Amino acid sequence: MTEIPKEEYILKCTSACAGCPSSLILRYVLKAAGPDTVLVVPACCTSVIQGIYPNTALNVPVYNVAFAAAAACASGMSEAFRKAGKKTSVIVYAGDGGTVDIGIQALSGAFERETDFLYICYDNEAYGNTGMQRSGSTPVGARTTTTPGGKTHAKKDIDAIVAAHNPSYLATACAAYPQDLFKKVGKALSLRGSKFIHVLAPCPPGWRFSSEMTVEMGKLAVKSGIWILYERESGKVTINGPSKAAMIKPVPLEDYLSGQGRFKGISQKAIDALKSQAEQRAKHLQKEAEGIC
Amino acid sequence: MLTIATGNKAVAAAVKEVRPEVIAAYPITPQTEIVEQIAEYVTSGELDSRYIPVESEHSAMAACIGASITGARTFTATSSHGLAYMHEMVNWAAGARLPIVMANVNRALGPGWNVWAEHTDSFQERDTGWLQVYVSTVQEAYDTALMAFRIAEHKDVLLPVMVNLDGFVLSHSMQSLETVTPGDFVPPLHLPHAIDVTNPAGYGTLTGPDEHFKFRWEIEQAMRKSVRVIADTERDFAERFGRQYGVAEEYRYEDADVVVIAMGTLGKEAEVAVDLLRNEGVKAGSLRVRWLRPFPELDLSGRDIVVIDRDYSFGFGGVLAHSLMAKSRIEPYSVIAGLGGQEVTFDDIAGFVRDRTPGSETWFGVKGNV
Ligand SMILES: Cc1ncc(C[n+]2csc(CCOP(=O)(O)OP(=O)(O)O)c2C)c(N)n1
Ligand code: SF4
Ligand SMILES: [Mg+2]
Repeated sequence: MTEIPKEEYILKCTSACAGCPSSLILRYVLKAAGPDTVLVVPACCTSVIQGIYPNTALNVPVYNVAFAAAAACASGMSEAFRKAGKKTSVIVYAGDGGTVDIGIQALSGAFERETDFLYICYDNEAYGNTGMQRSGSTPVGARTTTTPGGKTHAKKDIDAIVAAHNPSYLATACAAYPQDLFKKVGKALSLRGSKFIHVLAPCPPGWRFSSEMTVEMGKLAVKSGIWILYERESGKVTINGPSKAAMIKPVPLEDYLSGQGRFKGISQKAIDALKSQAEQRAKHLQKEAEGIC
Repeated sequence: MLTIATGNKAVAAAVKEVRPEVIAAYPITPQTEIVEQIAEYVTSGELDSRYIPVESEHSAMAACIGASITGARTFTATSSHGLAYMHEMVNWAAGARLPIVMANVNRALGPGWNVWAEHTDSFQERDTGWLQVYVSTVQEAYDTALMAFRIAEHKDVLLPVMVNLDGFVLSHSMQSLETVTPGDFVPPLHLPHAIDVTNPAGYGTLTGPDEHFKFRWEIEQAMRKSVRVIADTERDFAERFGRQYGVAEEYRYEDADVVVIAMGTLGKEAEVAVDLLRNEGVKAGSLRVRWLRPFPELDLSGRDIVVIDRDYSFGFGGVLAHSLMAKSRIEPYSVIAGLGGQEVTFDDIAGFVRDRTPGSETWFGVKGNV
């Protein structure tokens, strides 16, 4: 097992909801990154989690910036640090809305320019900060405050979009697998260029499950195969252990859906769509992992 | 060294002298020449900067912000739609007290597409906390760009500065230019609140009303202090390099009964109109307002005033005219002219003076307006 440092960079005074996946993920991200790190945070739940000025619950410098601006801001910061001969890690920590919707242009630009930074998207599949409206990352069938009848469109495949930029490193992770996340952050930061980690963030108030179930919900996401843990490095795909197991013997997707209020009353058609999207993604990744693509 | 250059090239040449560590920009007519020239400098090694060819103006300012907060000197340039697209980050830069310098080549906003001079683009940013200066010649563009870095980075200011030059009429006009070796005229930047990983801080965290209010007041205090910093910088520049402009440049102003007030190239054109009127026996003078923010305190009492606005605030009036009405308590003849590059000659300006009706507004060239 990887030794996880005892140092805490996120203090126990956050204003996060109980069972918050965002602060859980960030805790391990910062443990892996260490003190020579600057976080760039666009508008999202993490803007709130840090606490209110002049206090801060984070023990690394955090640059909060406008919703659409994180990747571009990090570009400038990274260039300035490198110009000054500093190795400081620049990490964007952004929500799904700030990544797949409003921030996608800046993200694409930064990756095209091979900016030396790590972009982490914690994906709670909605706009949490503003009270759980749909985002491009909300899955089909999920109820949000702007899709009260269930979302009619599929979740945007941001990983494929980022992969098309040929980044130095791309991985998915999940709040329920902190060891795996820790390792991936460490690996990403050891590489130069643009790195992307997409972390599933089961969010109790947003997904409507009880707050002690965050880890359980994340595990169900991986075990049902709706969320696949994998890495993509110089074109090579590696599917990680828990997802390999899930591909052989998945738990029923219904186990994952039924525990969440947001999927209450979901239509069979939406369930079928979710299943077929998950199957296709798995097939595609398996082929890539086997080098058949 | 004496050369000839366009307004755009003059700005680029000034930027080369002060060596920003990071430059991020996105092209737009009529600013393109600035970013192209800087790219040439960086590629040829004449300028040792990190040049980030971003994918939008919003990102250009975001990248400058990210670089600036590490303590790096930064520069960008834009115009019209680019500036409008950047608006959110323009606010952010000032709020974050970052001494970013930006050249804005003044151009009208669409629709329809119009690439010619108008001041509405930058006037729309006047409440963001940026210092704004408007220039009228190639030499002034160069000199002012140099001064902008020193003013922005001064410890009593630490606010971004926008250097505005009129699209085409100045950006693309060839005039003589004397370049200088600034030496320690622009000292190294020391940003007191630069990111320091050994002393972690939260920047731009959630801020309650009391703290927000305090930060706004600090911006206003810095704005007020910048008046003296601008004056000191101009004085030192004059001592070293022999040129001085002032917050507003006077022309045959002392004994003038009627004064034309304008900004940018129209302010220069007004000087020719003044000569013409003087030959006719009219005691005319002109005043070219350079700094829009901080807005100058001008004593205009006892004179007839004609204000030319190359901008408009719909449902309100010419912004310069109304600013002067409020600040200097005058009742000017307000002329709206030159929008979208409309040609305004010295003859036209002399006409404004001859036909003036104090207290009224007119749109130049529009028949039957009041
Ligand atoms: C330009 C702009 N539009 C809208 C907002 C309001 N806003 C702030 S955060 C947010 C949603 C963030 O969602 P996401 O990125 O998924 O992060 P989460 O809140 O879920 O952590 C929105 C819509 C904003 N701050 N700026
Ligand atoms: S809404 Fe979800 S992600 Fe946001 S703070 Fe609460 S638990 Fe965390
Ligand atoms: Mg979200």
